[in-house]
Amino acid sequence: MSTEYKPNSKLDPNAKFADNERLKTQSNYLRGTIEADLKDPLTGGFTADNFQLIRFHGMYQQDDRDIRPERAKQKLEPLHNVMLRARMPGGIIKPSQWLAIDKFAEEKSMYGSIRLTTRQTFQFHGVLKPNIKEMHQMLNSVGIDSIATAGDVNRNVLCTTNPVESQLHQEAYEWATKISEHLLPHTKAYAEIWLNGEKTETTEEPILGSTYLPRKFKTTVTIPPNNEVDVHANDLNFVAIADNGKLVGFNVLVGGGLAMTHGDVNTYPRKADDFGFIPLEHTLKIAEHVVSVQRDWGNRVNRKNAKTKYTLDTFGADAFKAEVQKRAGVEFEPSRPYEFTHRGDRFGWVEGIDGKHHLTLFIENGRILDYPGKPLKTGCRKIAQIHQGDFRMTANQNLIIAGVPADQKATIEQLAREHGLINDEHTVQRKNSMACVALPTCPLAMAEAERYLPELVTQVEGLLDKHGVADDSIILRVVGCPNGCGRAMLAEIGLVGKGLGKYNVYLGGNREGTRVPKLYLENVGEDVYLPALDELIGQWVQERQSDECFGDFVIRKGIVAEVKVSKTDFHA
Amino acid sequence: MLLSQLSAAASPLTQEQVQKLQGLVAELNPIQQAWVSGYLAANANSAALAGGAGTQAAAVEAAPLTILYGSQTGNAKAVASQLKAQAESRGLSVKLVNMADYKTSALKKEKFLAIAVSTYGEGEPPEDAEALHAFLASKKAPKLEGVKVAVIGLGDTSYEFFCQTAKDFEQRLTNLGADVVYQRAELDVDYEELATQWIAGALDVFEPELKSQQDAATNVVSMPSAVASASSQYTKQNPFAAELSVVQKITGRDSTKDVRHVEISLDGSDIRYLPGDSLGVYFLNDEALVDEVLELLAIADDTKVTVAGESIAVRDALIEKLELTQSYPGFVEKYSQATNNAQLQALVEDKAALREYIEARQIFDVIKQNPAAIDAQSLVDCCRKLQARLYSIASSQTEVEDEVHLTVGLVEFDAFGEKHFGGCSGYLANRAQEGAKVKVFSEHNDNFRLPANDDTPVIMVGPGTGIAPFRAFLQERDAREAAGENWLFFGNPHFTQDFLYQVEIQGYVKSGLLSKVDLAFSRDQAEKIYVQDRLREKGAEVFAWLEKGAHFYVCGDATRMAKDVHQALIDIIKAHGGKDDEQAEQYLKDLRSQNRYQKDVY
Repeated sequence: MSTEYKPNSKLDPNAKFADNERLKTQSNYLRGTIEADLKDPLTGGFTADNFQLIRFHGMYQQDDRDIRPERAKQKLEPLHNVMLRARMPGGIIKPSQWLAIDKFAEEKSMYGSIRLTTRQTFQFHGVLKPNIKEMHQMLNSVGIDSIATAGDVNRNVLCTTNPVESQLHQEAYEWATKISEHLLPHTKAYAEIWLNGEKTETTEEPILGSTYLPRKFKTTVTIPPNNEVDVHANDLNFVAIADNGKLVGFNVLVGGGLAMTHGDVNTYPRKADDFGFIPLEHTLKIAEHVVSVQRDWGNRVNRKNAKTKYTLDTFGADAFKAEVQKRAGVEFEPSRPYEFTHRGDRFGWVEGIDGKHHLTLFIENGRILDYPGKPLKTGCRKIAQIHQGDFRMTANQNLIIAGVPADQKATIEQLAREHGLINDEHTVQRKNSMACVALPTCPLAMAEAERYLPELVTQVEGLLDKHGVADDSIILRVVGCPNGCGRAMLAEIGLVGKGLGKYNVYLGGNREGTRVPKLYLENVGEDVYLPALDELIGQWVQERQSDECFGDFVIRKGIVAEVKVSKTDFHA
Repeated sequence: MLLSQLSAAASPLTQEQVQKLQGLVAELNPIQQAWVSGYLAANANSAALAGGAGTQAAAVEAAPLTILYGSQTGNAKAVASQLKAQAESRGLSVKLVNMADYKTSALKKEKFLAIAVSTYGEGEPPEDAEALHAFLASKKAPKLEGVKVAVIGLGDTSYEFFCQTAKDFEQRLTNLGADVVYQRAELDVDYEELATQWIAGALDVFEPELKSQQDAATNVVSMPSAVASASSQYTKQNPFAAELSVVQKITGRDSTKDVRHVEISLDGSDIRYLPGDSLGVYFLNDEALVDEVLELLAIADDTKVTVAGESIAVRDALIEKLELTQSYPGFVEKYSQATNNAQLQALVEDKAALREYIEARQIFDVIKQNPAAIDAQSLVDCCRKLQARLYSIASSQTEVEDEVHLTVGLVEFDAFGEKHFGGCSGYLANRAQEGAKVKVFSEHNDNFRLPANDDTPVIMVGPGTGIAPFRAFLQERDAREAAGENWLFFGNPHFTQDFLYQVEIQGYVKSGLLSKVDLAFSRDQAEKIYVQDRLREKGAEVFAWLEKGAHFYVCGDATRMAKDVHQALIDIIKAHGGKDDEQAEQYLKDLRSQNRYQKDVY
């Protein structure tokens, strides 16, 4: 029960809480006055607290930033709309569900796209207020919701998509779903507001607490050796430990996270700490109490210091772990060995141990839309119309057509090729590059990301080609702001938006995603960082040891210092 | 008339009153003066309605020439005023009355009647004339044997039922026994010259008998509204060259409509206007089109022609002086004769076909589709004078001082493989640069005025560009800190693209100035929803507002919206006031006669 535990005594009981705490407190368990806003015909937006509260229901209010100044002159409010992020634990979606979301995106969203994201789910962009309830009801009718995919809660739970080890994946996936459901808010606000559900009174939130968490909270279930989900970008990770292909338990990694604030050295990306191994039966209890300790110990005064990673650094990982053990009544065992070797998706066909076939498609920027000569959305729809297995959205924003029987392989491949979903000309570099959404819809973006990535990749491809390593690649990620969605803070080359056309360039992550990169160039444009990358790539090609990756090379050569302990090293 | 020239002899005031007025005016800036003029006008209007004005009673016995006018755009009123002035200069006793303010009980005392009335829409009387028009055809109308009558009609030959209302008036008066003493005039939009001729002719007929009857004192009663309208030296005939300061599109980029917010500086003029007034705007025709026509007709640009007695290069005449967009039958008729075009001549004979033909074409199209050997002067003679376009003013001078704002819908359509634009809206939106000089004048409209009492609630129904005068109303009520509630009904196709002045309206809701707003975005859902539907939805409340004295205003499309809103009101009054059709109509008539149901429709 939420009342059982006291805040950590180190927290100042008299400190003034952040305003978000007030709004959560006054929200009547996330209801606010959202329903009144839905009926307000004067604005396409949400007012005051509701602007924040809808996030707990999986939506962000956004607007088309490209035309914001134009509309101001037109005496029109910004073109308010919402982005919806679905809750899809492990990223698995059935063909019937796909057809439903495809139809909605086409008919009722401004951009018409299905955007696959780094949280292994899809987003609708540009849904106008009058269509919001219909959207939720459509999702509900096919068994999807968007509860707690944003806001100060445990968000969509990731799970490695690994389709090869079918049985292990199935078990891991089931845990991802169970954890997601166990940590969901108990309030019925979502159903009441969006699904016209019966009005009920909520009196408590047994796990999250009546004021929910201090900050967003991200969880994964991971099957090594693939670190597709980027454990170090997450607050809580269950790293699957198998014995003879059978899942026996998890190593629990706590306190990863990439978000930071430009110019604030008290914020930094941080890797997760390994708390140790737990057998399967304790999974939910441990999940619950990592959350409950963060709930009670997390900083509710300063939101920039509120994530689990800072709680660990404030109180010490050992103290945090001890409190989790005490509350859960479970001792962590020593960590079991595991290894991450890569993060990328394995494109093309693979056969699982169950004899089913799986086709991984590279989706540039995760944006599924009909482009001229590249009708990706139509292709996915046609595949969904005949596909007998399921789709899996990867944490790298790609799509797997999973569980294809042998006799359907040819048909599906043909459809994929006809609609540009398979393009043999895509380089490895392109497939290892990623961007967040950024402009024009994301209100936080300071610079382009998704719209800039294809062109930047072409530039980097040119550099690789120039130095004679056209088939090699560097993990390249571009994000519009330092909040972490595109996980640039685990890239070999990470560009973080500072202003239009200006980025901070970070170097030195590795292929496995176990090292945070470090600032190399600050607030620079292409004219500065492309020549710099040209020189560094040239140097790397000349001087690297065997197949040393770019990120390892720049660390070994001291081009940037290695970030070992983020709190002390990242800004040093 | 300037106040410094005002004397007791030339006004209905005593010398003492004149002095007091001059003293007060000396302390007022022009904006305050304009406000006072409006205040007095409204005050006098309501006093007259209450039967208070003593001077009016004195005038009745004298059997003067009574000039009744029914005006929509101000033309009929202008003619009536001119008639009055001319009559006075001949020393005749005259009484000038807006038909809307005329008491039908006075009819049986009339001996000399001049009617100046326009026609709008499909042969309908202007709103001010509606009641009298209907009354003259009713059983209640008195016998008018021996009454001498002359009628001057104003209209627009591009409409089928040209000057129909003037014909109706003459017919109805004749039916009641009146004698038509001077031939009825039916004047087109360029009426000025012919009106002057008709006035002289009519007065020649009236003068002898009137003079012989003048045994009583001269009874000249100015209508109170004259106070408000006599303020500027700039008029339709003498417009002010104003600077166009802002032309801003205010529909979204994906809108099917292009609506512009236009700001014009009146700096340097003495033009004053009140919320509800209109602005007349002269425009230049599209030079490219003029050049195309001249080339097609093989007429040299600089060929001299005579237009209204002035010698001018034909190109300049076509750009600045003549109507080349709004087509009308007269042009086709003259052009068909001047070019000896048998096909067009045949068309002129078939009214219905001609109407269809001109509805689909601008004058440019008629010429371009019928090129012929025609000399410059003949071409020019086919065209009528370019008419200023009137726009409801979208600002209040208490808020914008030296500026005047308009809400202009760009008229655009595709025809014959080319984009077509409205004459004035195309000029303002596409061709005029910000900073250009635009000739303007203000046109007073006392039939669309805020209540004199600031505590009176108002309901404003203004879909599309019909929002314009209500923006002026809201600015005015805001500046005056008027306590009365304000309720706005607005509609357009799409919320995201067509919510004109959205941010301002949101601000007025937030500040509390707008008590209620109801929106009808017709194409945001499967079934179309219009302002009249919103009115019906809120019927009980609308009726309650009317019962507590609210004024009800409608601005915008005359052909459909205003009628649908009228019907909605009838339905509301029936449903919530427990009345039958006839009683509901009477209820609205009463509202209208109390100036509480006003329309500015086009």
